[in-house]
Amino acid sequence: MEVFRVGRIGYREGLSLQAELVERRRAGSISDHLLLLEHPHVISLGTSAGADHVLADAPTLDALGVELHESPRGGDVTYHGPGQLVGYAVLDLKPDRQDLHRYLRDLEEVLIRTLTAFAVEARREPGLTGVWTKGGKVAAIGVRVSSGWITSHGFALNISTDLSYFRTIVPCGIEGRPVTSLEALLGRTVEQNAVADEVVRHFADVFGREPGARQPPPSAPSGAANS
Amino acid sequence: MARIEVPMPQMGESIAEGTVSKWLKQVGDTVERDEPILEISTDKVDAEIPAPQSGTLVEISVEEGETVEVGTVIAYLDTEAGAGASDGGGAADTEEEADQGDPGAEEEEESAAETGAEPAEGEGEEDGDESEEDRLRQRSTPVVRRMAEEHGVQLSEVKGTGHAGRVTKQDLLDHLEGDEAEPAAAAAEDRKVPAAKAPPEAEEEPTKSAAPAKPSAARGARAPAAPSDLWSTFYDQVQNPEFPVRDADRVETMNKIRRLTAEHMVLAKRVAPHVHSFIEIDFTRVDRIRRENKARWKEQGARVSYTAFVVWALSRLLREFPMLNATASGNNIIYRGNVNIGIAVDLDPGLIVPVIRDADDLSLVGIAKKIVDLAERARGRQLAPNEIQGATFSITNPGVLGTLVGLPIIPKGTSGILGTGAIEKRVVAIEDPETGEDTIAIRKRSLFALGYDHRIVDGADSARFLSGFKELLETFPEDA
Repeated sequence: MEVFRVGRIGYREGLSLQAELVERRRAGSISDHLLLLEHPHVISLGTSAGADHVLADAPTLDALGVELHESPRGGDVTYHGPGQLVGYAVLDLKPDRQDLHRYLRDLEEVLIRTLTAFAVEARREPGLTGVWTKGGKVAAIGVRVSSGWITSHGFALNISTDLSYFRTIVPCGIEGRPVTSLEALLGRTVEQNAVADEVVRHFADVFGREPGARQPPPSAPSGAANS
Repeated sequence: MARIEVPMPQMGESIAEGTVSKWLKQVGDTVERDEPILEISTDKVDAEIPAPQSGTLVEISVEEGETVEVGTVIAYLDTEAGAGASDGGGAADTEEEADQGDPGAEEEEESAAETGAEPAEGEGEEDGDESEEDRLRQRSTPVVRRMAEEHGVQLSEVKGTGHAGRVTKQDLLDHLEGDEAEPAAAAAEDRKVPAAKAPPEAEEEPTKSAAPAKPSAARGARAPAAPSDLWSTFYDQVQNPEFPVRDADRVETMNKIRRLTAEHMVLAKRVAPHVHSFIEIDFTRVDRIRRENKARWKEQGARVSYTAFVVWALSRLLREFPMLNATASGNNIIYRGNVNIGIAVDLDPGLIVPVIRDADDLSLVGIAKKIVDLAERARGRQLAPNEIQGATFSITNPGVLGTLVGLPIIPKGTSGILGTGAIEKRVVAIEDPETGEDTIAIRKRSLFALGYDHRIVDGADSARFLSGFKELLETFPEDA
């Protein structure tokens, strides 16, 4: 599995990058990829997004500098922005992980273990995919599985996210549940890179994949065999 | 006929239904096999569903936005119309391959019923004081709910034969037909059944399994669905009953390996009728070969354990006993084309079974190296998923810790497992090879147990196998 730390990238660019990787992964010309990145302020609407779950009107969003994007991932509405670690996983779930619920639970597991490494108690909430803490929801999950069991999209973990932006939406269509961030939970600052390191480690563990040492740009895939 | 059904695929063990979110193809469109034809959404996932065959989409039976149960036909493909254009061999094998494009079809297990922990998708319309069973039944598809409403039928009164007791369209039709055909008294009696199943105070799981038997026994032939209820309660899904915790106890959640192991063991033991046979094997010769070659093998970088000898002999012999390198599958027996030996490795705590693929192609030293490599990486949690799959026969070695012998469980999807006992010095009566007279000697020996699936392996097969195995080890070739 190649881990690619993309840095800040536009939402649209993120979509086309994933589409490209999904194609190549399906063709077998690249191994599994985990992209770690950050988006500028955007609200993304998943395939089951309720129109009324975006609370702010267009002028307000404009004023806040928030773009609105439709996304082919599952799930409802969510917000992405600086200080949020976004993980897009392009994996071939064949031959042994062809189970959508299992995949969601595995992503949650990665994040729960990551948070545990920062001494944050995190858990699942039955029926509410995502990762929850005493202070509220700290990570959202939304996934797409393309023909041939190739995944894309993934999770968004709030590290130092400005949580006020979540007031513009009903996150994931779940009303009355607060959203929180790792820094808010810990009351101190946390290096995004340190969180990313933990995510990579636990992702490799949970999915039984060896993280690649090299990080070639996905536009020039290494063709390395999936370990 | 070249008209084939496209069912709502099983996209995961606990997934009972899917919502058609978007048709990517319309009626009349030509599609290639594996080309995405629609998208479904379930929980937080949006998934593309590929065409199971090349052909023309001739009918769409589930519209966008509708939620249907897994297995419901959502569209029809005419494979003849498209065959010429794309897939030359398509027409001949349509029926059998109808669900091959279904991404869930490779799952070994039949769709397991969901647990109570399944995310509640969609409607939050159930009342607080309904029993779980009633709730599940009522979570039927919109089509069924609408039909029930039109006919003024309470879904809780209909016997559900669908996933987890859901009421299917056919159930509802049967119910309506029954209402018309039978005197009112019988119909009323029918309605008592669900009530008897779920008295208000009985919300605990175990009562669910026991209760359906009663009406079935009392009412004889009038309750044909009861056995299938029992079947699904006991055979669909592994349930671990709960027990009270006492003061001094510690409660730990099972980790993933433990959970998977538990589930596998229950399924494996539940399905296959296990029989175990034993044989005592003399390892004196193997022991000598091992000692004499130790230095030479060390130069080759190999540490050749007893297990390597066992795997070598086993993999050679399995070719002669195909029923032990096989699995019962429905009414078929699948004889495996490869000999892949799974070896149980103790993770302390935990158990994992890495697989030596095509063991019959490997030399003794090759097998030895593979065992060391797999065991080390198993303990380092570094095995790739495909290295723990595809075993066609397994061995487990309780003897390594001094156990005399064990009665191992046959991993599901296979028909045999060998349990190797401790290899110990024993005093035995043998014939002196030089004088031919009976004498007492000290020999290295061990008890081995063969566990086999009696559905497809007969007792005599196992006896022949074990004696052949004993002979192979006791006359082990010097140059293996």
